[in-house]
Amino acid sequence: MENSAAIRMENITKSFGSVVANDAVSFSVNFGEIHALLGENGAGKSTLMNMLSGIYRPDSGSIWIDGKPANITSPGASIRYSIGMIHQHFKLVDVMSALDNVRMGIGRHSGKGRTGRKKAAVEIGKKAESLGLDVNLSKKVYEMSVGEKQTTEIMKVLHRGSRIVIMDEPTAVLTPSEIRKLFDIMRRMKEQGCAIVIITHKLGEVMEISDRITVLRDGRSIDTVVTRETGIPSLIEMMVGRRIDLKIERPATKQGEVLLDFDAVTVVGPDRKVALNDVSFKLREGEILGVAGVAGSGQKELCEAISGLTNAEKGRIFFAGENLIGKKPSEIISLGVRMGFIPEDRLGMGLVGTMDLVGNVMLKDYRDQKGIMLRRDLGAEKARSIVEKFEVLTPSIYTPVAKLSGGNIQKVLLGREIDSDPRLLVTAYPVRGLDIGASFKIYDLLNEQKKKGVGIIFVGEDLDVLIEISDRIMVMSGGVVTGTIDASLASKEEVGFLMAGGDSGGFD
Amino acid sequence: MKFTPAITQRTGLSTRQSVTYRAIAILLSVVGTGLVLMLFGLNPVRVFGAIIEGSMGTPIRIHQMINSAIPLVISTLGIIVAFKMKFWNIGGEGQIVMGAFGAAFVAYRLPDLPQPLLLLLMAVAAAAAGALWALIPAAFKAKMGTNETIFTLMMNYIAILFVTFLQYGPWKDPARAGFPRMPDFSPNAVLPNLFGNNIGWVIAMILTAFVYVFLSRTKKGYEITVVGESPETARYAGMNIPAIIIVAMAVSGGLCGLVGMIQASAIEKTLTATISAGYGFTAIITAWLARLNAIVALFVCVVFAMLVQGAAFIQLSLGVPAAVAGVVQGTILLFILGSEFFIQFKVRLPERRRRTV
Repeated sequence: MENSAAIRMENITKSFGSVVANDAVSFSVNFGEIHALLGENGAGKSTLMNMLSGIYRPDSGSIWIDGKPANITSPGASIRYSIGMIHQHFKLVDVMSALDNVRMGIGRHSGKGRTGRKKAAVEIGKKAESLGLDVNLSKKVYEMSVGEKQTTEIMKVLHRGSRIVIMDEPTAVLTPSEIRKLFDIMRRMKEQGCAIVIITHKLGEVMEISDRITVLRDGRSIDTVVTRETGIPSLIEMMVGRRIDLKIERPATKQGEVLLDFDAVTVVGPDRKVALNDVSFKLREGEILGVAGVAGSGQKELCEAISGLTNAEKGRIFFAGENLIGKKPSEIISLGVRMGFIPEDRLGMGLVGTMDLVGNVMLKDYRDQKGIMLRRDLGAEKARSIVEKFEVLTPSIYTPVAKLSGGNIQKVLLGREIDSDPRLLVTAYPVRGLDIGASFKIYDLLNEQKKKGVGIIFVGEDLDVLIEISDRIMVMSGGVVTGTIDASLASKEEVGFLMAGGDSGGFD
Repeated sequence: MKFTPAITQRTGLSTRQSVTYRAIAILLSVVGTGLVLMLFGLNPVRVFGAIIEGSMGTPIRIHQMINSAIPLVISTLGIIVAFKMKFWNIGGEGQIVMGAFGAAFVAYRLPDLPQPLLLLLMAVAAAAAGALWALIPAAFKAKMGTNETIFTLMMNYIAILFVTFLQYGPWKDPARAGFPRMPDFSPNAVLPNLFGNNIGWVIAMILTAFVYVFLSRTKKGYEITVVGESPETARYAGMNIPAIIIVAMAVSGGLCGLVGMIQASAIEKTLTATISAGYGFTAIITAWLARLNAIVALFVCVVFAMLVQGAAFIQLSLGVPAAVAGVVQGTILLFILGSEFFIQFKVRLPERRRRTV
C-alpha cells in the first residue's frame, strides 16, 4: 500500500436542520486502495461523499486531498481536486455518444473542434485499453446496456483526470456476471494508482473487493478495519450496533387453493417493447412467491398487470376464479388485491410525500366511505392504529410522511396494505433502504400474513433474503420467466444464472 | 475570496416560524418600497397614506375597491382548484370572457324573464361556458397528455377574439351609430345591490367557503390533491385520473365563467371583449400568494384590490407617474413571493468568511 493519503477527512460534522447526518466523522483513503464505506441507510455515507463531490459543504472539520488542505466549494472544484463521483443513477445524456458524454464539460482539455475530438478519442481509447475496457465511443447512450453505461461513467471520470473515484452502489443494477467484470476494472484502476471509494451495503461484495472498510452508524464513524482481518458477522455488529441473528423464518403453512393464476400473459410497455412475454405461474393461499431478476426485467409490469394498471396484450389473469383482465384498478382493490410497490424513490407510487399519515392511509379505502364528503376522522383512527400496531415512529399522525425515516415510511405503506386484510399482497422491494432490524420486522409481518393464508408475491433484489423467505422463486430476465425453483433447494448461483437469462450477461 | 453561501433545504419549520417569516416579509416589503419611493424623491408615508385613502377613504372608494376584489376573489378560487392538481390553468382570461358570453347570450335572448330566473339562467350559462372552455384543454391533457400551459393560454386569445368579432360584427348595437359596442342588458339582467355593492360579494364569500370545503373535505378534493402531488400514487390507488382532471377543470373554468357573468351583468351591463380586464392573470399571483388556500385567498385578494386601486389614486392625488404605482406593486410582490424561498431554504454565509469578520 502506498503511503500518501488521497483523501483525509477529519472531524467532519454536517447537519440538516436538527438532524446530524455526520457527527465528527474521520475517514481516509490511500492511493492504490479500494476502500468500502459501509453503513445502513441514513448512516451518513452519501452525505459524507457528497461533501467530497462538492454538493454539500461541511459545517465543521477539515478535508485534505493528496496531502493538501482542500476547500471543495462546488462540483467544479471537486473535479479540479481530481475527484470523480459515479452516481447510482447514471448522469449521462441519452441521445449523445459515449465520446460526447465523456468529453462533456471539459472539451477544451484536449483542444477544440474536430482535431480535439479525435485527440480525445485516441486518449480515451488508450486509457480504456489499459484498463481492459471494451468501449465503442460512437455508440449512443440509449443503445447501451446498463453495464456499458457504467463503463462510460467510469471513462468520464478518468478522462477528467480523476485519481480519486467514488462509486455509489455501483452493483445495484448489474447482473452477477456484470458485477464480476466491474470488479476486474476496479482492480486494474487500483493497480494504476487510483483511490477508489465504494459505497454499498452488500456485505459479500465488500469482502470480495475492498482492502479496507470504514463503517458508519448514525452519522458516526465506528471503525476502519482491514478487510482481510474481519468477517461479515463483525461488520454487521458494527453496522447495527448489536448482534443480529441472521436467520429469516420460513414458516411451513398449509397451502390452500390457487389464488392467482397467470395464464400466458403478455404485456407491451409504453415504448412498444414487450415487457412481459408469455408469463404463466400460479400462486396459492399461504404461499410466498419470490420474484428475482435484475431491475427492469418485467417486475413492475407484472405487479401492474395484477392490479389492473397495465393492460395485458394477451393472456388471462385469474384471481380466485375471476378474470382480472378488463377490470378497473378500483374494482381489483375492492376484491382484496393489495399492492405495496416500492419504487426506487419509495414515495413515488405508494404514498404522497407532502400529505400527512391520515391522508396517506386513506388512499385505498376512501372510496368505500358513503357520500361525497371525506371523513378524515376515520382516516385519523386508522392512522393511529397503524402507528400503534406497526410501531411507526412519527411526531404525530399529521406529519407529512416525507419527513419520516425510510423504515417508518415503509411501515406506513405496508401497514396500510396489511391493515385492510388483503387476500393477495404484492410487495416489491419492501425492505429497500431499511436497516437490518427494521427489515426483519417487515419479514415477520409478511410471514404473519402468510400464516393467515394470504398469498404473497415478493419482488426482491437480495438473493439471500429471497431464498430464505420464499417458498418458491420465480426468476425473470427480459420479461421472460427463465425458471421457477423451490427456494429450499435453491442456490444463489443457480438464481444468478437464471437472472442473466442463462447467458453471460452483456457487460461488454 | 469567493462568496458562495450554502443553501440547504429546510426541515421541520414550525407553522409559527413560517408565519413569523411571512410577517417579516410583509414588513420588509413596506420598508423596501419606502426606500424605493425615497429614491424617487417621494415621501413614502404620504404615498402609503394615499394608497389607503384611495382605497378606503370614502364609501364610494370602498365600494369600488370591493367591486374589483369580487372578480379577483372568484377567479383566484378557480385558479386554486386547477393549481391544486398542478394543472397550470393560465386560461382564466378566456374562461372569464366565455362566461360573460354565455351570460350575454341568455340576457339578449330572454331579456324579459323575471329577474331572479334570468340571473340564475345567466349564471348557469356562464359557468357552463367557462367550464366548456376549460374542458377543451383538460380533455386533451387527460387523453393525450398535451401541455396545458400553452393550450390554456392560446384558448384565451380565441375567446377574446371571438367576442371582439361579435362586438364589431353580428352583435353590434345598431343604435350606437357605428360605434362598436354591444347593446346594454335589460334591467332584469343586472345583478341587484346589497349594502351598496353588487351582490357579487355575497357570491364570492359563498364560493370561498365552497372551494375551501370542496378541496379539503370532499373525496373529489382529496383526489385532486393526490393527483397533483403524485400522479403515480393516484394511479396505484386506483383513481381515475382523466375523470379527476375533467371534474377539477370544469369547476375551475366554471368559477372563472361566473366571474364573466358578474362583470358583464353588474359592472359593464353588457358584453365587451375586454371584460376579463386581466383578472385571469392576476389570479395566478394571488393564488400563489394565498398558497392555494381559499380562505387566505379572500384576504389576499382584498389587499391586492386595495393596492391596485390605491395605486391608481396616487397618480391623481400626488401627481406621480403610473410607473411609480407599478413599482410599488412590484416591490411588494417581490418581497412576499421572495420570502417563500427563505421559508423553503436555509441560507448560511460561508464558514471561513464568518470567522474572518
